[in-house]
Amino acid sequence: MVQDLSDRSQYPARNRDGTLDVDLTSGKYLKLWQGPNHPGITGNMSVELTVCGDEVVEGKTHVGYLHRGFEKLMERRTFIQCFPIVCRICVPEPDFNEYCYAAAVEELAGVEIPEQAKWIRTLILEMGRFNSLMMYLGGQSGSLGLGVIGQWTTYVRDLMLDRFEELTGARIYHMFILPGGVRDTLPEGFDARMEETLREAERTMKDVWNVMFQNAVFRKRTIGVGYINPALFDDYGVTGPTARGGGVAKDVRRDQPYLAYPDLEFEVNVARDSDIYSRADVRRRDALQSIDLIRQILAKMPRTGPVMAKMPNMLHWKIPRGETYIRGECSRGEYGFYVVTDGSGYPRRVNVRGPSYTHAMALLERLIVNCNIADVAALLVSLHTYPPEIER
Amino acid sequence: MQDLQTRLAQHTDLGEWTQQRADLAFVTVAREHLHGLLRHLRDHEGFTHLVLLTAVDWLEDGQFQLTYLMNNRAAARDIGVRVLIPREGADMDSIHDLWPTAATYQRELREMFGIDFPGSPRVDEEFILEGWRDMPPYRRDFDTLKYAQEEFAERPGRVSKDPETHMKQKLYPDGA
Amino acid sequence: MKDELKPRIVKGPDGIEFEVDPLRDYYCEASPSVHPPVYVKIVEDFFNWARSESLWILGFGTGCGAIEMRPLMTPRFDAYRFGVQWRPTPRQANLLMISGYLSTKTLKRAIRSYEQMQSPKYVVGLGSCTINGGMYWDSYNTIKKLDEYLPVDLYIVGCMPRPEALLQGFEDLKQIIRAGKAEGANQYAEKFEWYKANQKKVIHDWDMPDYNW
Repeated sequence: MVQDLSDRSQYPARNRDGTLDVDLTSGKYLKLWQGPNHPGITGNMSVELTVCGDEVVEGKTHVGYLHRGFEKLMERRTFIQCFPIVCRICVPEPDFNEYCYAAAVEELAGVEIPEQAKWIRTLILEMGRFNSLMMYLGGQSGSLGLGVIGQWTTYVRDLMLDRFEELTGARIYHMFILPGGVRDTLPEGFDARMEETLREAERTMKDVWNVMFQNAVFRKRTIGVGYINPALFDDYGVTGPTARGGGVAKDVRRDQPYLAYPDLEFEVNVARDSDIYSRADVRRRDALQSIDLIRQILAKMPRTGPVMAKMPNMLHWKIPRGETYIRGECSRGEYGFYVVTDGSGYPRRVNVRGPSYTHAMALLERLIVNCNIADVAALLVSLHTYPPEIER
Repeated sequence: MQDLQTRLAQHTDLGEWTQQRADLAFVTVAREHLHGLLRHLRDHEGFTHLVLLTAVDWLEDGQFQLTYLMNNRAAARDIGVRVLIPREGADMDSIHDLWPTAATYQRELREMFGIDFPGSPRVDEEFILEGWRDMPPYRRDFDTLKYAQEEFAERPGRVSKDPETHMKQKLYPDGA
Repeated sequence: MKDELKPRIVKGPDGIEFEVDPLRDYYCEASPSVHPPVYVKIVEDFFNWARSESLWILGFGTGCGAIEMRPLMTPRFDAYRFGVQWRPTPRQANLLMISGYLSTKTLKRAIRSYEQMQSPKYVVGLGSCTINGGMYWDSYNTIKKLDEYLPVDLYIVGCMPRPEALLQGFEDLKQIIRAGKAEGANQYAEKFEWYKANQKKVIHDWDMPDYNW
């Protein structure tokens, strides 16, 4: 039933240098910009479509609308000054930046973080994953016209943001995971309120299953659409739920466990068909898994002991020369920080490896060929891309 | 990862080998060996996933360090291949034939570091910046603060403090 | 200038050749004009009241602040009950929310979007980065003072502002409009040369007409 549509034709013909022979004045082709100001785009990026009828013959991703030059800014900030800005790199799931940055700096400086801090970090990452997946479910259904799912998932996300707020004091940018540990322990009564939130989330997830995944229109428009051949996964650096939707059980939490994940029990969610529906279903199960993991963390985590390691004076903190790469499994795939230090008080180079970078650029440009205009938004959302982490 | 080092050394002249973690190592190679080594790692050692490709600017040494980081999921290990190239007229062989996704990284490096990758698809197109006239911004000698002050209007009244002197004054107001 | 904006001879699908000068043919050359309040005060007040009660926001998420717009559209905060709603096209909107830092590349699109909106129109700057650069004060790619480039009626501080702050901001904007002080569009027309000079200083590849509408 599912066929590889990505390389169906050589139409229009190619020039000798590999570009498409598209003559816009012939009236046969049309250039169409989807974004940056467009409801069918995931944030501030754009796709330049060349269409023939309502079929896309070429798509080019344009990014850079959100470029702030983080990698440059961090070179002129001390290690502790970098900590409040890293979370701004990726807006909907900021905690991963904090974790990866903190872990990289700790490894280079040889700091071991306390046990309780590890568990609180894991808790925050799972809460962030849940939030990000809620945004995804709303976006995916919205891209196909099911507006009401977005209302429900945003509501659940808001409840989780409340938990974030009582834990960290902020809704979006938490700035909680800093080099050496975390800022604080869990507040009193947090577990009970979290349990209430999780119950509400489960109830909503049931509705999402019934209304979104059982919806005839949603099924019709997603099953078999946006197929990624699993043979392409390594060529295009596909990771996370996008790869798991195609039957490859790539999950950094299982492959190279970090923080408290070795002590947690979970199955890696996998689907077979590698189409939009499979990817959406993997993410739905990921969200349910996050709920389960949060419960496990709260049940198993130690409640005593410090949450910060003994740290040197931050103003004079110098880290010896070295380089490292820290990775984690965020809601979209492999997220990583490559940090190089040169013995001074400033990082020499920080490079952020976000999953959107490969998914939204090379992979999308390949998948979008022969896609229907109306499906472009659904396809784009199904790769779960967040533009701010592409250009940083 | 000792075994990997021994095996690779039979094929290629390896430079400095840094074992950062049990599952992560960095190795320096000469630029002419890079392509063969990457292909060998991908086809025979199971490092099929190109995690990232980036550059580090060692301004003092007049060199760019290119880092090709690869992951072997089955063995749960990573290897970063470092290549040092001169900063002047920097160019490097493209690896988009090994991983199509590398073309994106190379476009970024071309724009942000000014490292050319001849033959890489669309490498000369604008990627992130638009109408950029200055030197590539990720180079160490590009001063972003000076550029921002000259380029963009500032709102008067904003003060930024050096954290060290600020904390000193706050903690020891009488200069003790 | 891009090739597609240069004057050229085009052969249509029906085989007839014709000349095209995109900048003149596709855009109107007239620059914006000032619209003074021509009515008697009570009519103008009524108009302002009506304007203030229908703030239609252009759904253009220019920066991170866009993430707090989504909760505003849902029942918990529900901005719709204040007559605020989001529109997909600039032609239907009268409020441009600059939600956070503006890179020069987005600034160009924001200017285009703003100029395509119908008067009376308002601009709200969201977050510290629109006011004085915020976190990105030393970044080479983000502007630091939004009101140099677009006429801002109101700033909402925060990094990022909470939904409650946004709701309060809408209320304040309504007060300003009702008082007849939200004259951003007129100010833009009056000081058009100044705004254009500022905009062109930071946007290096200016490949659009001076006024897009």
